[in-house]
Amino acid sequence: MAAREFEVPKLTGEIKVPALQEGTMAGVKGFIANEKIQEALGYPGELVEDWHDKAIGKMGELLGKYRSLQVFMDACVHCGACTDKCHYYLGTSDPKNMPVARQELMRQVYRRHFTFAGKYFPKLVGAKDLTKEVLDDWYSYYYQCSECRRCSVYCPYGIDTAEITMAGREILDSVGIGQKYSNEILGKLQRIGNNLGLPGPAIINTLEGLEEDVLDDTGVPVKFPLDVKGAEVLLITPSADFFSEPHVESLIGYAKVFHAAGISWTLSSQAAEAGNFGLFIGSYENTRKAAMRIRDAALDLGCKRIVVGECGHAWRVAYSFWNTMIGVGDGAEDEFGKKLQAQLDHNYPQPAHICEVTHDLLTRGVIKVDKSKNDDRVITFHDSCNVSRASRMGDTPGGQFTIPREVIKMVANNYQEMAPGTTHEATFCCGGGGGLLTDDLMEVRVKGAQPRMEAYKEVVDNNKVNFLALICAICKAQFTKVLPYYGYDMSMVGGVHQLVSTAIELPGLGEGPAEAEAEVAGDE
Amino acid sequence: MALEVNGVSIETDEEGFLVNLSDWTPEAAVELAKGESIDLTDSHWEVINFLREYYDEYQIAPAVRVLTKAIGKKLGPDKGNSKYLYDLFPYGPGKQACKIAGLPKPTGCI
Repeated sequence: MAAREFEVPKLTGEIKVPALQEGTMAGVKGFIANEKIQEALGYPGELVEDWHDKAIGKMGELLGKYRSLQVFMDACVHCGACTDKCHYYLGTSDPKNMPVARQELMRQVYRRHFTFAGKYFPKLVGAKDLTKEVLDDWYSYYYQCSECRRCSVYCPYGIDTAEITMAGREILDSVGIGQKYSNEILGKLQRIGNNLGLPGPAIINTLEGLEEDVLDDTGVPVKFPLDVKGAEVLLITPSADFFSEPHVESLIGYAKVFHAAGISWTLSSQAAEAGNFGLFIGSYENTRKAAMRIRDAALDLGCKRIVVGECGHAWRVAYSFWNTMIGVGDGAEDEFGKKLQAQLDHNYPQPAHICEVTHDLLTRGVIKVDKSKNDDRVITFHDSCNVSRASRMGDTPGGQFTIPREVIKMVANNYQEMAPGTTHEATFCCGGGGGLLTDDLMEVRVKGAQPRMEAYKEVVDNNKVNFLALICAICKAQFTKVLPYYGYDMSMVGGVHQLVSTAIELPGLGEGPAEAEAEVAGDE
Repeated sequence: MALEVNGVSIETDEEGFLVNLSDWTPEAAVELAKGESIDLTDSHWEVINFLREYYDEYQIAPAVRVLTKAIGKKLGPDKGNSKYLYDLFPYGPGKQACKIAGLPKPTGCI
């Protein structure tokens, strides 16, 4: 089954609200997970016979478990504030991609089964039975949402469509309908330890190659340590950083930062993945299971600090859930979580984002840069959805916006901001987040990227921007693939730590670690 | 889905990747390449052979950088870059070349 042909939107440099075109995206469905993929995650292998009752039962369970979901089902007043806020609606014109309509797919069934009026007077209140047709619509449209939460910023009641999408996906999984892309990857993570399925020897081979490359480029023996017990920092980064371009350029950047600062660090073959697709499919159990690998690795290696590489949703999971889930931060109640909490050095943020680490080292002068090395670049920064709207960095409000920008400005001279309303908390998703980064959803990805591409075109045309700086593996892969559809070269895409990597000055052989010197200087 | 090779039917997945990696033969590669509108030349085979050797050793396709470096070492620095590989396999050396080489599709945040 090849994906259908589609027309790439023409860019104008301006974001316009399109006229409705009903059903344009109804036929777009990603591949469904097979039996083997589903069963590995504890889901039925195919649509179960009593799917209707099972689905309603699961919905009831989720409504009881997540009070947010119950509130979101009840609170909407159909004011319409969200209708033109979703990048998938703006790019596809399909009204079912309006957040309120996406919510309504579940709300209509909720009314029918969980409200008095809907049980007895369904037609009066727009309540609908869960038919196979409705279930198919769920699969289509809950996988045309990247769970980016932009709509929730504009909802006067704070309704978070992402949570409804997650619940929809969890109900679908529970009756045997899973998405191949997300669930296959989650299976690999649980089986092998990372999303790509890189076995330990492949990681070692890749890291040795990187050490050679950096030595050739710089003459400095920068190390890429793996499974080193007693290292101060455990770096948890997306496995795409080992595998893909331009991701790997940021990995080189992290290594140079730790080298230049004299901080001992290590990667873990057991937890060679920051990403956690359990979040995407709304499965607490799978999210927790994936996160446990990191706790186990941190306990095994005895690290004092946990730092997270450039990965958007990983940072959400790390920042918002790791504390109680695995003991990175405060609030874990189980034995091993408490043990990890006691092991970590709480003079540092736990977990810390790599941008926070680099920002701190640059600000204190521990690492030095030559900004002019980035002078061939005119840079703009795309705020990743999960970082912007579901986390923070540093200790001031809005740190997740200022810290990556300040890092860029400390390592490069030419920076341009995209239009207000497309950045910070109003940022548009790259179009490939939330489990949509798959070839079978290319139409959704290309069209969903349109609003971001419009804002990008504007700064390319007017400010000569030639570099789109990112802090998310999904954003990097998505834009590398999608930019060429819009006539831009994929080499315009890269990581914030790619910029750091270009500008950083490495202490040569025989020089002492810079950290000790800077701390002495700081004490004076 | 299935691929016909010399009258024998080989099982493939929704995206045309082989389901059983042991089904791969050089003839199957030729058929897989046809589906991608690629005529296999010696240059393609050099990449395909490297991918298969790497997979045998590491049970995963090589990272893009590992691939370009290995090709560069073997065939000269002018070929050790992703442009050379994209010219051979326009849809991406990773995914398209892997398919023809009979390797599983690399998936993740890539």
